[in-house]
Amino acid sequence: MEANTYNKWVKQVKIGIVGIGHGKFGNRSDATVQELAFEPFKQAIEDAKNLGREDIDSLVVGSVPEYHMQRSLPGVVAEYVGMNPKSVWLTEAACASGSAAIRTAYMSIKSGMHDIVAVIGVQKMRELSTEEILALMGRVGDVQWESIFGTTFPGYYALYANRHMHEFGTTKEQMALVAVKNHYYGSMNPYAFFQKEVTKERVIDSEDVASPVSVFDCCANADGAACVILTNEKLAKKFNDTPIWLEGMGSASAQMSLLRRPNLVEIPSAVEAAKQAYEQAKVKPSDIQVADVHDCFTIAEIMAYENLGFCEKGKGGRFIEEKQSYIGGKTPVNVDGGLKAKGHPVGATGVSMTTEIVKQLRGEAGKRQVNGAEIGLTHNVGGIGQYTFVQILRR
Amino acid sequence: MPFKYFGKTNFTPYTKVDKFADYLHKGKLMGTKCKKCGEIYFPPRADCLKCMDDSFEWIEFSGKGTLNSFTTIHAAPKGFDDIAPYTIGIVDLKEGGRLLAWIGDIPKDEIKNDMSVKVIPRIFEEIPEIKLYYTIEKP
Repeated sequence: MEANTYNKWVKQVKIGIVGIGHGKFGNRSDATVQELAFEPFKQAIEDAKNLGREDIDSLVVGSVPEYHMQRSLPGVVAEYVGMNPKSVWLTEAACASGSAAIRTAYMSIKSGMHDIVAVIGVQKMRELSTEEILALMGRVGDVQWESIFGTTFPGYYALYANRHMHEFGTTKEQMALVAVKNHYYGSMNPYAFFQKEVTKERVIDSEDVASPVSVFDCCANADGAACVILTNEKLAKKFNDTPIWLEGMGSASAQMSLLRRPNLVEIPSAVEAAKQAYEQAKVKPSDIQVADVHDCFTIAEIMAYENLGFCEKGKGGRFIEEKQSYIGGKTPVNVDGGLKAKGHPVGATGVSMTTEIVKQLRGEAGKRQVNGAEIGLTHNVGGIGQYTFVQILRR
Repeated sequence: MPFKYFGKTNFTPYTKVDKFADYLHKGKLMGTKCKKCGEIYFPPRADCLKCMDDSFEWIEFSGKGTLNSFTTIHAAPKGFDDIAPYTIGIVDLKEGGRLLAWIGDIPKDEIKNDMSVKVIPRIFEEIPEIKLYYTIEKP
């Protein structure tokens, strides 16, 4: 292609999702990592029409390597799912590895280097011993200045929660209502780890993990995998009558350490990634009809409402209290159960979010369908906010 | 005093700001200042974030500040289960920057956001090997 034609193509070509797959999340001691990866990969190929495995140009794996016994995971996944000798690589951005993998797949199609790319987000969190998990858990923050005081993941989100409560009057009850909603919708999702509802009292009365964060404010570690297949608009219709287009791809970073952040009441990478995604997709927060956000802790979902512009800063607690994030409210959020009910296999989570929004926009979400949804959003946060990826998808 | 003595469990024994531990052992809480643009850092940095100059000097911090946020950790990671539950806080330091540490002798019901606090350098008495740290106390 001539330079000008090429530039125009890169700018204008739309990238769509033509196949999705989702394995069961939870305690998957019945399968190896590569066996978990196979499940949604097979589903995604079958979900697309006229697509054979041999048509796929490359495979991107989203995963966090330190949880697995198997080193160099993409190697074993590519072999097991039968992608050799095609191009394969790993993308890692902590809990946002799945969305990071989708972003690299998107870029490789946009650039014209590949036409059809599969993304598998996969994680087994239960291969390591409790001893090893406890050691890993102690190194999530800045290890030089923070981990030496015994900080943990829930501890960091507790520091956000404590300050959010102080500045905006957010309450433990409002946080509990996020868990109530997500478990309510999770009860309708056959792929979720937990498919039972919980009461507000049960959440509030659950044991302290890092005050004000209790056990039921936290998502659970889980095993699982999800898959999406992407292609460009020239090929998309061949493989799916209803491709779902990736119209906004926001991605931003923030300081590793809370000590260097501007404040402790928002995730700056989420604010920036959202801004980019809205601009690229040419939509406003109020145009979003369904969203999957990163509710690793209940306070994280409350901050997500604010950081994504679904409500004003500081009003996230009120937003859930008024049920604005339920189906029928202003912006239905995590109507698949979120990380809270689905469980959080870190590398799979972002890909799981995208499959859910694709289902919603196709109108295939069953009992948890948001009627007539045409524009959806995913928000996948890595670590304690170091990375955020926001996608806006459109039917 | 090598940096490996900083923290109950130290993960980063080698750093360009290893004199921090030396000062802390002498009871001084030190931050860094960029020699070129004068930007002040806590936690210390060898390389200036703002102007990228790599020359710095040490400056003493008063330890005074206000408590930004706090939490009591019940589920502790490896190496900290023997002291759980423990309360950690983030302090906005008077001279700039922030610090994370255990809250020391402040009664639980007196711990409040934005209260005035002072950071005190400490040595673990109960651990045979020297271990340096600091706590957040009432001024």
